[in-house]
Amino acid sequence: MRRGDTLLFEQPPVVGAWAAAGGKKESEGPLASAFDFLTQDAGFAEQGCENWEQAESLLQRRAVELCLRKADIPRSKVDIAFAGDLQAQCTASNYTMRELGIPFAGVYGACSTMAETLALAAVFAATGMAERVLALTSSHFCAAERQFRTPLEYGAKRTPTAQWTATAAGACLVRAHGIGVPVRSVTFGRVQDYAVHDINNMGAAMMPAAASTLLHYFAASGTSPKDFDAIFTGDLGEVGTALLREQMAQEGLPLDNHKDCGCLLYDTAGQNVQAGGSGAGCSAAVLCCKILPMLAAGQLRRVLFVATGALMSQTTFLQGESIPGIAHCVELGGAQ
Amino acid sequence: MKLDPRRYDEMIGRASPPSPVVRDCAWAFCVGGAICTLGEGLRQLFLIWYDKTLAGTLTSIALIFLAALCTLPGWYQKLAAKAGAGTLVPITGFANSVVSPAIEFKAEGWITGVGAKIFGIAGPVIAYGTLASFVWGVLYWLLGKVG
Amino acid sequence: MNYVWAFVVGGAICVVGQLLIDYTKLSPARVLTGYVVAGVILSAVGLYKPLVDLAGAGASVPLLGFGHLLAQGVQNAVDSCGLPGAFTGGLTAASGGIAASLIFGVLAAAVGKSRDQN
Repeated sequence: MRRGDTLLFEQPPVVGAWAAAGGKKESEGPLASAFDFLTQDAGFAEQGCENWEQAESLLQRRAVELCLRKADIPRSKVDIAFAGDLQAQCTASNYTMRELGIPFAGVYGACSTMAETLALAAVFAATGMAERVLALTSSHFCAAERQFRTPLEYGAKRTPTAQWTATAAGACLVRAHGIGVPVRSVTFGRVQDYAVHDINNMGAAMMPAAASTLLHYFAASGTSPKDFDAIFTGDLGEVGTALLREQMAQEGLPLDNHKDCGCLLYDTAGQNVQAGGSGAGCSAAVLCCKILPMLAAGQLRRVLFVATGALMSQTTFLQGESIPGIAHCVELGGAQ
Repeated sequence: MKLDPRRYDEMIGRASPPSPVVRDCAWAFCVGGAICTLGEGLRQLFLIWYDKTLAGTLTSIALIFLAALCTLPGWYQKLAAKAGAGTLVPITGFANSVVSPAIEFKAEGWITGVGAKIFGIAGPVIAYGTLASFVWGVLYWLLGKVG
Repeated sequence: MNYVWAFVVGGAICVVGQLLIDYTKLSPARVLTGYVVAGVILSAVGLYKPLVDLAGAGASVPLLGFGHLLAQGVQNAVDSCGLPGAFTGGLTAASGGIAASLIFGVLAAAVGKSRDQN
């Protein structure tokens, strides 16, 4: 059922299994114990991997394999996979899917990809178009750094508003029926651009998208923030978080139960990540390491997962374009 | 949404932590000063055997060599993360900006990666430096003709 | 005394660069390019030579000194061979540094590999 921009499911599909994989910095962060796979060598040199792009793909594959193992189904039973990442042309996902041989639709939503793939998977499952759907994404600090910023050996100081791209992957298996965390509704966001040009302040660039999607969702569903145990945004970091809370208070919907994935994945004070984590893998990892397990354990009952993405490219940035943002909202939990 | 770009710009200004300018500058001063002092030491050493011009050139080459050496294990990047302009502005920063893309883009091949990307960061410095020196050369020549 | 001046002048030039980065949001690449061009200009108007005489490597090691080198080189070449020197002088004077960077860069690529920043 469609209400405004929100798609409400009468027969909610469920997230039946999930898994997260991460690198060294993630293994030193507060969520380390919840990862399904952690490596100290994010280059996978021992596996003969020769570059960061393929290393990201390997990390993604670990997440998929572990997710399917937890779901206890072979990959041939997956009807379709939605996947994306930050690499140009989403190659990390493409090469993962080359190995897996699952019907595949690639998506790009920058750091919002986890919510986007999860939302698409839920729609496919809820409408009966698929029984078992994989939603996954990843990001790799080294692959992102060399593509978007500078070589890894280049010496540069990070500004305090910059965010650290997570080396992480997350995979979720969505089922049309069965046991798991229900997906109650999804809301695809509208692109918001408030003329932010600072590539070192992504949280600020993405905040309006998060606020816009939340406002659309609350209006459509007739809910308010206090109806939820927690509202998780993806990758706004400390700056974007402060801005979002200020903006939502302005709108008359103060967020008292808000947490940001960018501030949860790392210890922002002690891990030298400036304003927090970012990258598609950041919100994916927090979803799979914290949000879904807490929902499954009953520690949280109803939450919103709003992953945000910055939709510029290196080219548009150099051409002086401002940074458009997007946010997709997935409502998770509720009575089974 | 109750937000317009101009007001948002002000909001961002308030929410964004400023750079710790005093600490940044202290680091830049000490590390930049230390690199220059090392350079002066090398220059004095070379002056024992060579004239001023050659000693200057050898000093640059020696510092570039040291910077390349420190770039390999990632030390230059680690120092620069704290020292900022202190490691950027000396000739060692220029060397780092040439060596780091050479290492980074080896994955894309010796010609299309290393060779093509080696001046990706330092190229503008050489391009505009050369252009500026050409303009000055022409002016200097004209001044000579007039004077 | 040489060394004190080298430290102070070199450090001060770096501090100016840091202030430009912190206050103007200029990217490091722009600061570097600006420094070299500024070095050419300062040298052309005769302001940089005294600083090099005072501080030695403190003034020649920062990229302003690279600009000074280009300007001095072009002046010498114009003195010796006229207008064509405007083309050859700058890069000739700077050739040692540029060649060293390229050579050590390619050698570093041969022996080194890209590393994670953790």
